[in-house]
Amino acid sequence: MSEDDDRSPPLDLRCGAAPSINRARNCSGEAVSGSGSSTSSSIPASVPVTVTEYQSQYPDQVLEIVLENVLQFLTSRRDRNAASLVCKSWWRAEALTRSELFIGNCYAVSPDRARGRFRRVRSVVLKGKPRFADFNLMPPDWGAHFGPWVCVLANAYPWLEKVYLKRMSITDDDLALLAESFSGFKELTLVCCEGFGTCGLAFIASKCRQLRVLDLIETEVTDDEVDWISLFPEGETCLESLIFDCVDCAINFEALEKLVARSPFLRKLRLNRHVSIRQLYRLMVRAPQLTHLGTGKYGPSEVAQRQGDTEPDYIAAFAACKSLVCLSGFREITPDYLSAIYPVCANLTSLNFSYATITADQLKPVICNCHKLQIFWALDSICDEGLQAVAATCKELRELRVFPMNAQEDVEGPVSEVGLQAISEGCRKLQSILYFCQRMTNAAVIAMSSNCLELEVFRLCIMGRHRPDHATGEPMDEGFGAIVRNCRKLTRLAVSGLLTDRAFGYIGKYGKLIRTLSVAFAGDSDMGLKYVLEGCPKLQKLEIRDSPFGDAALRSGLHHYYNMRFLWMSSCRLTRQGCQEIAQAMPRLVVEVIRSDDEEETDNYVETLYMYRSLEGPRHDAPKFVTILR
Amino acid sequence: MERLLSFESDHLRATELRLGLPGSDKPSVRPKNNKRASSEISQESKSNSCASNAGNDDERDSAPPAKVQVVGWPPIRSYRKNTLQVQAKTSESELCRGMYVKVSMDGAPYLRKIDLKVYTCYPELLNALENMFQLTIGKYSEREGYNGSDYAPTYEDKDGDWMLVGDVPWGMFITTCKRLRIMRGSEAKGLACV
Repeated sequence: MSEDDDRSPPLDLRCGAAPSINRARNCSGEAVSGSGSSTSSSIPASVPVTVTEYQSQYPDQVLEIVLENVLQFLTSRRDRNAASLVCKSWWRAEALTRSELFIGNCYAVSPDRARGRFRRVRSVVLKGKPRFADFNLMPPDWGAHFGPWVCVLANAYPWLEKVYLKRMSITDDDLALLAESFSGFKELTLVCCEGFGTCGLAFIASKCRQLRVLDLIETEVTDDEVDWISLFPEGETCLESLIFDCVDCAINFEALEKLVARSPFLRKLRLNRHVSIRQLYRLMVRAPQLTHLGTGKYGPSEVAQRQGDTEPDYIAAFAACKSLVCLSGFREITPDYLSAIYPVCANLTSLNFSYATITADQLKPVICNCHKLQIFWALDSICDEGLQAVAATCKELRELRVFPMNAQEDVEGPVSEVGLQAISEGCRKLQSILYFCQRMTNAAVIAMSSNCLELEVFRLCIMGRHRPDHATGEPMDEGFGAIVRNCRKLTRLAVSGLLTDRAFGYIGKYGKLIRTLSVAFAGDSDMGLKYVLEGCPKLQKLEIRDSPFGDAALRSGLHHYYNMRFLWMSSCRLTRQGCQEIAQAMPRLVVEVIRSDDEEETDNYVETLYMYRSLEGPRHDAPKFVTILR
Repeated sequence: MERLLSFESDHLRATELRLGLPGSDKPSVRPKNNKRASSEISQESKSNSCASNAGNDDERDSAPPAKVQVVGWPPIRSYRKNTLQVQAKTSESELCRGMYVKVSMDGAPYLRKIDLKVYTCYPELLNALENMFQLTIGKYSEREGYNGSDYAPTYEDKDGDWMLVGDVPWGMFITTCKRLRIMRGSEAKGLACV
């Protein structure tokens, strides 16, 4: 359920990547095939090698063999990156043993280059468009095509098992190629992607016989009117996770029911809104072993209201799911049916009500039982009162997200500083918060900064632009300043409300671990951006919109841009010339100037600047509205 | 600098509720909120902020100027917006249908239905009931209920209990009222004495 989580998903290191230890090497490090198959990667590390063999070779080789075996255990890509920089032989050994390939920007490196370095990849994570594309700030067809990647992957990694794509543009043909090319393919996760339809899903369902995970999260899928659910192979499946709540197409329920019945390993199931609650009941009865459940439409259908129809025992169905720890869905909710989930509340660690328009009174009887809850997403319809109830019970809460029911600016908001304060006092272990509100005070934000010292992610969205502290009329500088000063583990920050350069001064001075920063409608002058670029050494992703930062500020980051994944600046005060200077000063930076489709470039200011480091230079698939500056 | 989409302002004006005689186009003067789309003016807005925030609550009553919406703000993904919109439409259509509750009157052969959403306070509701059933209900007093009249309005709340109409604030009443029953005065006396 991690929306916009930029950490790579947990993946197992496959033992199959163990290198052959019978391979001999000469002193310049060239791999020479020795006795035994040098290309096979299935020889376990414990196969004994005779002592005489070792003694006759250079001692370096022993070290290399040891290294390869040790490197197997390095899973973190950051550790591996560091190891690969030690020396050439470490670089080589690491490249041979890396099985999880993580590419944070699909344009930073070409598929061929990736394939050339890493020979034994089992899992690929690819990320494409920058996050602000989600909010219609980027015209469609900008890029991030999966096509070129899947072609290369198909040739290079026949043993590929897992693909995770985020904000990529995927076609049905891409999915067809994927399905055909990897006989052992196990996991496909698509987050915030688009470009394909149920046709593509049909390929995956029918051809990937070993499929364990098919997760579609906030991905647009067009309805090609293909019954993809019925195309899963007959007989017992390996399915462990099937998430399709965002696939807004009617589902062949009989086929789904049969699929669930023949999937004994199924643990995660998230349905779309076309599955009624009665149908949900039938599925739950067949799959009481579920750990993660996303309901479809959570309310009676017209059918149920016919006289004489008895409702199924929903409470019993939930009670039978003894392993259930994560609940979500609840679309088009009829709150009366919420009582059915009482039996599972005590075990829940994750509850997603962010599509459920429920009030505080409707939330309370549920939440008061959720003592183990760690992740809670909700709509602001629960009001400050609902948040107070959460704070009173959920002492283990790690992550809170409060979304607005009414995403407009000038409306009365049901949540405010009161809710934030309550959460900060009740949920001391909080690590991550995303909070949409109409009004806020510095005092509440400061309170959170001193109460929730474990905070790593603080994203506050005061929906009214330039809105100051509701109580004092002051800018929100001090609140955000306290967050960066007190929360020593903070890595991600999103600011809002009325902010002066002072806020950015605080961020630059104290935000030493910040990797992602989102800024909108904030700051007074170039100094704001300068503080950040000069002060935050770990900054990787900086996205700014509608703030008065210009060319001088841009220049102040020249020392740092190669260390960043990207910089996004839209509707700021950048001129084409200013951006050009950066492009000329930094040859390995791709500097894209993006216009909206129909606008001529009459304004002196650049509408959108998107720049990122890349080993490949300007991309060849840039559409007409993108100009790459050289 | 920003891309702005304008609302259908004419549409809004046609449906707005205003104080004033029908036909008069001039809205009552209210302190306008200095909501501006450009970030250049943040300095000014600091000083205006207090006034403009105070004006926020009133803003809905005054004639809304052609509202501008900024692209991509607040930062909610369209998937989420669309999902909630679909749900809002379903519940909106329910809202349009109104909050109809059954009304029974002791001795009447059949029940009636009224839309609670149409009324804004108890006197309006009681007036409507009096008209509908051709009777007098009389004045409410906390101490004596509807003493002095032949009938007393009661309602069933969401817990299934029968309550006297008028005890709780109107807002709470319309969310908890499931059905109404107009009791005969003699029976109702028992209710008021409790």
